Amino acid sequence: MSRLRLLDPLPRGTDLPVLLPAADRMAEDARRERTLGFPLPRLHAAHGAALLALFATGCAIAYAQAAPGHPSVLATIWKWTPVLLGGFVFNLAISALAMGLGTVAGLFLGFGQVSQWSAVRKGSWLATHFFRNAPWLVLLFYCMFLLPFQVTIFGVIIPLPDWVKATFGLALPVMANVSEILRGAVQSIPTPQWESAASLAFTRRQTMWMIILPQCVKRMLPPWMNLYAILTMATVLVSIVGVSEMMTLTRQALSAENRPGLLLAFYSYVLFWFFLYCYPIARWTVRLEARYAVKS
Amino acid sequence: MPSSPEPNADRPIVEVRDIHQSFGEVEVLKGVSFAVPKGGVSCIIGPSGSGKSTLLRCLNGLVPISKGTIRVAGFEVQALVTDREKIALRKSVSMVFQQYNLFPHKTALENVMMAPVHVLREDRDEVRARAEALLARVGLSAKSHVYPGELSGGQQQRVAIARSLAMRPEVMLFDEVTAALDPETVKEVLNTIRDLAREGMTCILVTHEMRFAREIAHEVHFTDGGVIVESGPPAQLFDRPAMERTQAFLSQVL
Repeated sequence: MSRLRLLDPLPRGTDLPVLLPAADRMAEDARRERTLGFPLPRLHAAHGAALLALFATGCAIAYAQAAPGHPSVLATIWKWTPVLLGGFVFNLAISALAMGLGTVAGLFLGFGQVSQWSAVRKGSWLATHFFRNAPWLVLLFYCMFLLPFQVTIFGVIIPLPDWVKATFGLALPVMANVSEILRGAVQSIPTPQWESAASLAFTRRQTMWMIILPQCVKRMLPPWMNLYAILTMATVLVSIVGVSEMMTLTRQALSAENRPGLLLAFYSYVLFWFFLYCYPIARWTVRLEARYAVKS
Repeated sequence: MPSSPEPNADRPIVEVRDIHQSFGEVEVLKGVSFAVPKGGVSCIIGPSGSGKSTLLRCLNGLVPISKGTIRVAGFEVQALVTDREKIALRKSVSMVFQQYNLFPHKTALENVMMAPVHVLREDRDEVRARAEALLARVGLSAKSHVYPGELSGGQQQRVAIARSLAMRPEVMLFDEVTAALDPETVKEVLNTIRDLAREGMTCILVTHEMRFAREIAHEVHFTDGGVIVESGPPAQLFDRPAMERTQAFLSQVL
């Protein structure tokens, strides 16, 4: 048996993955992130524990700073919880709507990116990369200030409240990312699949719909769920443009209480709620990724 | 143009005349001509990178040629431009690949059924009966409802052959179909091809299996550097090669 020399990279599939050189591991992560189109959120149970610890610290600080006669920290938070959760539901609603809109639009844009017609392909590429590389907050501001407060379609006046405009604003980057996810998935299907379909006299359209896309769905699901987790966390951005979601309500609760000591406790409490929602999604995504990585 | 040694040769079903093909600056085929009569079996052998696979891909229009004429099953392949025209050709000429290229999201039976149902638009029940018969013929009845990922390489390749046959092609192209298999399973695939050749299917094989080529081919073409160096019946080409290059190649692989 030949000995490994020092500079040789370790063979893949080694029994000792722990010994994989860091460069290899990082390259592997980078490859996955390229496929997904953005960094992987790496949520672990430990992060939840850390958030709880932060929350406990916040409570301790608030307790230490409390003036005589102030109600206890936990009682205060408990009192505000229904209001905050009302805002949180709003965050979730915005995230679900933006995801739905963005996904539908993104699928169209993604199909454009793998179109046969070069003009469609280039246009879709440009739109995708414009919206993907623009800061989310800038897109949000654009939508808030460029969209009218109401639109008239066939004589019907449809009001566009702030939260709807904010949803559009968030749907734009989602659209661009979904477009990239679709393009990445289609291009990740090995060319021999196209060749063998062509040899069996399938048309391009049939090949796409019957052979390529069904194989893409599995590959798209994990990055799509990742995107959703990221979007959920990004919904707090809409507080900046004045939509009363959880962050806005937290700020209002804090100013109503007028106790600076509560700051850390309240914000870590908000963080914890987001963790509770995003953590199961992240775990599920990791499991799906592991399941689909082996096959194909 | 080499004359065909086999009977049944009113007009060859495959006629390749002086074809040239290049990828960018690199000229892969530099004037290749040969013909295969109906029911004939031709094997193309030669070192890697000699343009064997490219030659095969030109025959069903997967790779466009820059010069020359290809006539396959009545189609002037070099003149086919639109997808629709190429599809008409590919209904008559089927290809089996080195890496099987089964559709991983479909079972073995579905793989065989897909093209006849959706491309030829034949009745699903009839196609199912035919597909089951074809799978039985390649010895895989028991695996009808298994996904490709759970089949061995040899089994996948036999499904791929059944999938091609389901189109009832006039010509079958085999592109190094045993190259990715382990030695034990090579045999089961070769047996399938042997049966097919004996039944009179026109076959063109790119292969490294010299013994097999000698056994089933009516004519063997040795390619190197983008040209056919030497052609002839297997007994002649393998036992008394005329060209020095052929002798050198055969002395290395035999």
